Amino acid sequence: MAALIFGALLAVALRAETGRGFNAADWAALRFTLVQATLSALFSVLLAIPVARALARRRFRGRSLLIALLGAPFILPVIVAVLGLIEVFGRGGWVSAALGTLGLPPVQIYGLHGVVLAHVFFNLPLATRLVLQGWQEIPAERFRLAALLGIDGWAMFRVIEMPMLLRLIPGAFTVIFAICLTSFAVALTLGGGPRATTIELAIYQAFRFDFDLGRAALLSAVQLGLTVFAGGIALWLARGEGFGSGLDRGLRRFDGKTITARWVDALFIGVAALFLLVPLMAIALSGLPGFADMPRQVWTAAATSLGVAALSTVLLLCMALPMTAAIATERGRMVEIAGLLGLAASPLVIGTGLFIAIRPYANPQDFALPVTALVNAITVLPFALRILVPRARDIVSRQGRLGLSLGMAGLPFLRHVLLPRLRAQIGFAAGLAAALSMGDLGVITLFADPNVATLPLQVYRLMGSYQMEAAAAASFLLLILSFAVFWLLDRGGHRHAET
Amino acid sequence: MLKLDAAHIRNGSFTLAADLTISGGATVAVIGPSGAGKSTLIEGIAGFLPVAQGRISWDGTDITDQPPGARPVAMLFQEDNLFPHLTLAQNVGLGLSPNLRLSAHDKTRVTEALDRVGLAGMATRKPGALSGGQRSRAALARVMLQDKPLLLLDEPFAALGPALRMEMLDLVAEIARETGATLLMISHAPEDARRITAQAVLVAEGTAHAPRPTGELLDNPPPVLRDYLG
Repeated sequence: MAALIFGALLAVALRAETGRGFNAADWAALRFTLVQATLSALFSVLLAIPVARALARRRFRGRSLLIALLGAPFILPVIVAVLGLIEVFGRGGWVSAALGTLGLPPVQIYGLHGVVLAHVFFNLPLATRLVLQGWQEIPAERFRLAALLGIDGWAMFRVIEMPMLLRLIPGAFTVIFAICLTSFAVALTLGGGPRATTIELAIYQAFRFDFDLGRAALLSAVQLGLTVFAGGIALWLARGEGFGSGLDRGLRRFDGKTITARWVDALFIGVAALFLLVPLMAIALSGLPGFADMPRQVWTAAATSLGVAALSTVLLLCMALPMTAAIATERGRMVEIAGLLGLAASPLVIGTGLFIAIRPYANPQDFALPVTALVNAITVLPFALRILVPRARDIVSRQGRLGLSLGMAGLPFLRHVLLPRLRAQIGFAAGLAAALSMGDLGVITLFADPNVATLPLQVYRLMGSYQMEAAAAASFLLLILSFAVFWLLDRGGHRHAET
Repeated sequence: MLKLDAAHIRNGSFTLAADLTISGGATVAVIGPSGAGKSTLIEGIAGFLPVAQGRISWDGTDITDQPPGARPVAMLFQEDNLFPHLTLAQNVGLGLSPNLRLSAHDKTRVTEALDRVGLAGMATRKPGALSGGQRSRAALARVMLQDKPLLLLDEPFAALGPALRMEMLDLVAEIARETGATLLMISHAPEDARRITAQAVLVAEGTAHAPRPTGELLDNPPPVLRDYLG
């Protein structure tokens, strides 16, 4: 695993033409990357605070569903969301149409604000979950005491909630900043041009249009430096932040009973829910009519994507399960670090490295699909380990001694105890891997020749040739498939799993 | 014969010194104040804690460096004595093969063991569907099949009611008698110790003392034990 990543990085480092330095376009890409990531993180976190506050102190029907839905963007294919956002906020979209009836000019989605909009769409839910977790960790006694002392509204915010936020916000901001740094698919579809190109996109362009491997490698090195730096800070600030389980816990609140407070909360929850759901509905609405007569390439691409997702899932499990076992039985500090490497190297950087490494020996295009599956698996690995390792540690600490006393050390324990007991987590991790791989539009763009396409790439190509109806239908199919593979694997893991 | 030869068992920063011999087939209670090191003694013998110096041997064979599964030891913990995702038959079968590769003959023995402890017909149930007493019985069925010469109990029945606990202890005593196993059990209740053990090891102030007749020790307890018994 580490060898793979370091090998890719080494290939990048050897090819990088540091002597030539940065040209104006590279500087612009660096600047744009930082600006859009800052704005995206800022808006996501600022909006998340009132939404999370409202979710934390209100109980209503559908609340748990809404909170569960906040986890959905993680497996939502970027290209699907982008198309949905275009349907709503694009030039010919719903918002522009509404403005038109009022005699106002239509809105534009391409450029910086479009990129930021898409990033907020993806990261507002994540930020909300992170912040909501902070709220849920405030002990119930604190709120009871506050009620006893008559603390409400603004005073409640200052005395109890603000200190929590001050502790939590820097971490949440940095996590989202780091995620947006490596944004590729959003910039590819909504950005572009000299004024809206991220470094990741610049790597792709250096590759695809100029076939300037030296420049691609140099940009990769810069990108790597950025992500390692931001990722390191994020990891350090957000230690112990899990996947936000248990966010559903009912907590009795005594404050915020005024009419204004109720309306403000309802407004924020409503707007956030609409912002997340309307683009998806738009895809469903515009996708359904074209569903029956989709071009044949779409179905071929769908089959290809399912194959890539399956391979990627298998690869992920082959890496994650032995690593989990090693970490849980305390044999693998180094293994744990190797797992985190996937976070540091962005998919396009690893892809660039692999391309450079393969090229002297074979045509990289022949390896488009396996490389995509492999890079997808590496990307999911850190998340998979975060899902698997805590549970595995728990199993080893609770049942390790019983296993040892029965002479089950080694394989028998793995086979009869650890793996069966990890079923639910394995299913969840496999579901994430399959869904992410299904929807990924990254490395495949570097490697693919015109005859090969995964479903997201096919959607992108349809968009590029302005076949918007077919693109909508294909992305609706992609949406369904992504959620279906996740659901199937996750469900499969939960069935028969004992506590 | 179990022999602890000037053994120092390390448990974090705490060390328990033990220099004692327990004869084969003996039934021995381990008693002493809370935190004195009773569990440390048992876990050291089972191989879960390292021996810093000295040796532990069984019938002349040095077992100090053997892994827990290779020692002549069967053990019941305070809790989690069964794997919750395996059926009773599988859990008990682990006593015969840690791989769960069971021959037809093995399966018959598993069924017989379950019958013996009063769990006939429950082979396909999982621990979650059983009462606390039934879970204890299943764990004892496995101990029977493990057929190890040394049986260590770290208060596995502490969570059961008094009547049920007595029943389990009697079953343990019976099994130990049948298999000829040497029994070493931690006990907090003097009546438990009197009920099924002939000897008792006092663990206090970092030392495990040589065994003495249980009744005698409990009737004339040394000061540390008297404070504890109240």
